[in-house]
Amino acid sequence: MRFGVLRFPGTCDEVDAQLACERVGEAAILWHGDTDLQGVDAIVVPGGFSYGDYLRVGAIARFAPIMESVIAFAREGGPVLGICNGFQVLCEAGLLPGALLPNKTLRFVCRQVDLVVEHADTIFTNACAEEERLSIPAKHTTGCWYAPPELAEQVEANGQVLLRYAPGESFNGSLGDVAGVRNEAGNVFGLMPHPEHAVDPLTGSTDGLKLFQSIANHVGAHV
Amino acid sequence: MSDTATAPHRALGLTDAEYELIVEKLGREPNAVELSMFSLMWSEHCAYKHSKKLLHQLPTEGPYLLMGPGENAGAVDVGDGLAIAFKVESHNHPSAVEPFQGAATGVGGILRDVFAVGARPIAVLDSLRFGELDSARSRYLLEHAVGGIGHYGNSIGVPTIGGELYFEGPYEQNCLVNAMALGIAQHERLTRSAATGPGNALILFGALTGRDGIGGASVLASAELGESDADKRPTVQIGDPFAEKKLMECSLELLDRELLVSLQDLGAAGLTSSSSEMASKGGLGLDIHVDRVPLREPGMEPFEIMVSESQERMLCVVEPARVDEVLAVCAKWETTATAIGEVTDSGRLRVLSGGDVVGDMPVEALVDDCPLYDLAPEKPSAPIYPAPRRILDTDEPAAILPALLGSWNLADRRPVFEQYDCLVQSRTVRRPDDADAAVLMLPAAADGTHPAIAVSIDGSGRRVACDPYRGTVEAVLECAANLACVGAAPLGLTNCLNFGNPEKPHIAWQLSESVRGMADACRALDVPVVGGNVSLYNEGPEGPIYPTPVVGMVGRLPDAARAGRLGFAVEGDAIAFAGPFTPSLPGSELAKLRGEPLPDGLPEVDVAAVRKAQEVVREAVRRGELRSAHDVAEGGLAVALAECCIGGGHGAAVDFRGAGAAGERLLETLFGEGAGGFVLSGPRPALAALAREINLTFVGEVAGEQLTLTLDDDARLSWPLAELRAARARGIADALDS
Amino acid sequence: MSQRIRVLVRPKAGILDPQGQAVERALPALGFDGVANVHVGRLIELDVEDASRVGEMCEKLLANPLIEDYEIVEA
Repeated sequence: MRFGVLRFPGTCDEVDAQLACERVGEAAILWHGDTDLQGVDAIVVPGGFSYGDYLRVGAIARFAPIMESVIAFAREGGPVLGICNGFQVLCEAGLLPGALLPNKTLRFVCRQVDLVVEHADTIFTNACAEEERLSIPAKHTTGCWYAPPELAEQVEANGQVLLRYAPGESFNGSLGDVAGVRNEAGNVFGLMPHPEHAVDPLTGSTDGLKLFQSIANHVGAHV
Repeated sequence: MSDTATAPHRALGLTDAEYELIVEKLGREPNAVELSMFSLMWSEHCAYKHSKKLLHQLPTEGPYLLMGPGENAGAVDVGDGLAIAFKVESHNHPSAVEPFQGAATGVGGILRDVFAVGARPIAVLDSLRFGELDSARSRYLLEHAVGGIGHYGNSIGVPTIGGELYFEGPYEQNCLVNAMALGIAQHERLTRSAATGPGNALILFGALTGRDGIGGASVLASAELGESDADKRPTVQIGDPFAEKKLMECSLELLDRELLVSLQDLGAAGLTSSSSEMASKGGLGLDIHVDRVPLREPGMEPFEIMVSESQERMLCVVEPARVDEVLAVCAKWETTATAIGEVTDSGRLRVLSGGDVVGDMPVEALVDDCPLYDLAPEKPSAPIYPAPRRILDTDEPAAILPALLGSWNLADRRPVFEQYDCLVQSRTVRRPDDADAAVLMLPAAADGTHPAIAVSIDGSGRRVACDPYRGTVEAVLECAANLACVGAAPLGLTNCLNFGNPEKPHIAWQLSESVRGMADACRALDVPVVGGNVSLYNEGPEGPIYPTPVVGMVGRLPDAARAGRLGFAVEGDAIAFAGPFTPSLPGSELAKLRGEPLPDGLPEVDVAAVRKAQEVVREAVRRGELRSAHDVAEGGLAVALAECCIGGGHGAAVDFRGAGAAGERLLETLFGEGAGGFVLSGPRPALAALAREINLTFVGEVAGEQLTLTLDDDARLSWPLAELRAARARGIADALDS
Repeated sequence: MSQRIRVLVRPKAGILDPQGQAVERALPALGFDGVANVHVGRLIELDVEDASRVGEMCEKLLANPLIEDYEIVEA
C-alpha cells in the first residue's frame, strides 16, 4: 500500500509523516504544484505552517494544484488523513466540517495529551478499541475546533467525532473537546494531535502508529 | 558646524586614529559608501577589536574537529560519515529594543549560519537572561522573547530542544538572548564560504533588500531625514520564518545538486560583511553592482544597499555555466535570486551602480587590517555589583527548599518550553525536563541501534561575577556534566561571551580571566572550541551585566536507547551522591535569596577529579546500569534530590546525618553549590561498583511520595511530592500569566 | 482605472475570540476603563481594476464565511 504525503511551501512535518507511513507501507512526497497523485492508496496532509499561516491557517494551501486532485480523490471515496495544518487545510477546502480557531490561551503549546477513541469501526481507527486511550503529542497555536451550533449537533449525532481529548487534557478549548473529526462519508479524517510523532519507542509513545495501521488495514481489505 | 558634519566617522563609531588608518589604506579619504562599510567592518561586532587577541588562547583542535572557528559554523565528526555543525550567537541589543523580533531574528540568523555550511538544521537551544520577574519590563521581555523564539523555530520546522533561563538584577536594562543551532551533514557536504574562481558569478538570493537595521549609518544619507521620515529608518529587523524555510530548502537543494562554489549568509552588516569575508577567505576580489540588488524600498542609495540588514538573504558563488540552474532551483522555491556581481582577482571590493564605481577598497583593509586592541585589565578594588535583594527571611530548611524550588531561577520552565515544538524531525529521544541534556538520535547503525548526539547550553553570570576565572571553569564543567548524565562524551564547544564595556579596566579583567578559565577548562576536558561569538558593551547607567560566558556543548552517545534520565524511576532503587563535590554557600542561590553580597572569589575546583567523575558516570549510563543521573547545580543537593523526585514521580528517603540538625553547616550541606556532584539512582550493586573509581556515598532509596531527609538527633525534614511540585510550578507560570 | 478597496474581516458574532478577549483584559490594566465588546480581525487593502469582484474574492479566499464576516469599504 502506498501513501502520498503532501508538501506545500512551509510544511514541516511531511518527512515525519512519511517515516510513520513507511512503517506500515510505502510513502511518496507529493509536491503542491503537481496534480499527479501517482496512484497512491491514501493521502496524508501533514502538519506545519503552509504559506506561513498567512491570511488564515490553511487558507492558501487549499487552492494548491495538488489539492484539486485530492478533492477529487476524496469525492471518489479515497482515504484522506489531515494532521494539524492538514486538518486546517481540509476544513478550508470544505472536505471536513467546522474550522480551527486560535487556542483559548493564544499560545503555541507542545504537549503529550491523552485522547479517547470514540469509534473504532472506521477507516482511521480500526486498529484501536472503542474507549481506548491514545497518548499522542499535540503542538499548535490554532487548534480550537469550532462549528456553528446546528452543524456541531449534526456532527455529534452522526458519530463523526472519532477522537476526543480525555477530560482535562485539551489546552485549546475545542468545542466538545473534539480532537479529530471525519466527514459524513467517513473517508476523510482530520485531527490536531500528531500521530506521526508517536510511532517510535525511542522518541516516546507508539500509539499514533495505530492510525496509520488502520488506514493500511482498510486499503488492504479493499484491494 | 556640528561634530557630525565635520567628522561623520565619529558618529559611525570610528576613532580618529582608525579613520587615519583607513585613509592610509585607501591612499585617500573614503567616500560615504566606503566610510559606512569600514565603520561596520571595523566595529566591535564584526572585527572583535577588543577580544580577538584573547580568543587566540582557546584550544581549537581536536580529533573530532572538522571545521573550526572562522567559518559560518564549526563542525564535529559524529561517526558514520556524518558531521554536526553548530554555533551560538547573541542578539542582545535588538532583543532589548523589540524582544519578539529580536529573539526571532536571532534564531533566524543562527539557523542561516548552520545551513550556510551545508548542514540541515536539526535543533535550536536558547540561553536567556532577564532582570528579576517582579519587574513589568522583565516579564514583558520574557514573554515576547520566548514568543519570538517559538514563532521562528516552530514555523521553520526546527525543534527547540533545550535552553536555560535566569533572572538577575544586572540584566534588567541589558537582557541576554543567545541562540544556538545545530545541523547535520555528510562530511563531504560541509561547505566553506571562500569565494574562488575569478569570473564566477555572485548571486544574492532570498528576501528583498530594504532599510532594515541601517540605523546609525543614516547620518550619511544625502537626503535630509527629518522627524516625519522616521519610517525611512527602521532599526528593528523583522524576521519571516516562512521566507527562511524556503531559503533553507533552496540552499540545501543547491548544495545537494553541487551547483555552488561557496555559500555565505547575510547577517550583521549585510552585504558588506558577507561579500568582504567571502573575498577575504578566497584571497580574491569582488565587484558588486548594487543597482542589480532587488529592493523592497524605492530609491535606496548604494551605501544603504551595502549596509542593509534585511533578513533571510544568502550569497553564493556560482560558475557561469551553472547560473541558470541555480536560478531555476530558486524559482522552484519561490525565492528571488539575482546575479549581482563577479569574483575578480583584483583583491579589491568594488561597489558599482549603473556602471559607475561608487566604492573601491582593498579587501584586506576591510577584513584584516582593523586594529586589534589590548585590554588593560585591572581587578576591581571594590564590589561592582550591589548585593541581590533579600527575599528569604527564614533559616529553616523546611521552608527554604520550597522557596528555592519556587524561585525564578529554579522554578518549572514548562510554561516556557511548551511554547516550543521539540518534536519535529522525529529525532528527539530526550525532551526538555526528561534529562540533563537534550538527546537527538542519529541514523541507525548496521546493527539497528541508533547512536545519538546530546547537547546542552549552560552559562553563568552571578558566579562568574564572584570569580571570573573559576566561575567560567565551573560553567564549562557543568555543561560537560550534563552531557555525562545522558551518557555522552563531549566533542566540541561553542561559546558566547556576554560582557560589559571592555575599555573599562574592571570589565577587561572579567573578560580576560573568563577567557583564561574557558581555555584551561577546555584543555583539561580535551574539548575544542569550534566557534562562537562575543557581545560587548552590555551595560547602561546602572552598571554592567554580570560577566556571562555561555557555553554550548555537543557530545555523542553510542546507543540512544540507553540515554540517561534525571528522574527517580523505581521504588527501592538505591540513591547515591557521587563525585568530588564540596558544597559552599557564598555565591549560591540560597545566598542570593538571603540578600548576601557576592563573595570575592569561589573555592578551587579539582578539574581532573571532576573530569574523572564525569567519565565514570557517563560510562555507567552507557552500560545501562543507572536508572537516573542528575548533575548537582543551583540549589545544591537538596534541590537536585527534589528535582529527581519530581521528575520521576517518586519520593525518596535520604540520610543527611553528620551535618547537624540545624544551623549554617546543615544549610551548606543541603543547599551549597559547586562543581563535580551527581545524584545517581539504580540497583545497589551497580552503584557500589562505581565507588571503586570515584567518591560515592549511598544516601538512601527511592520510596513513597515524600522527600524525607534524616538529620542528626533524629530530626527529620519531610515534604510531600505534591507540595514540592506545587512550589515549583507557579514561579514562571504566574509571571507569564500576569 | 484602479480603485483602492479595504476589506475588514471580523470574527462572526458568538464565535470564541480569544484575541479580542485578551485585548479587552489588557486595556483596563493600562488605565483604560469603560471598554467592552472588543473583537480583533484583519484588514486587507488592495488596488483593483474591477471592484465588483471583491465580494467574490472575500467569499473564496479573503474570509472564511463559516467563522468570519466581512465588510468592503472604498478607501
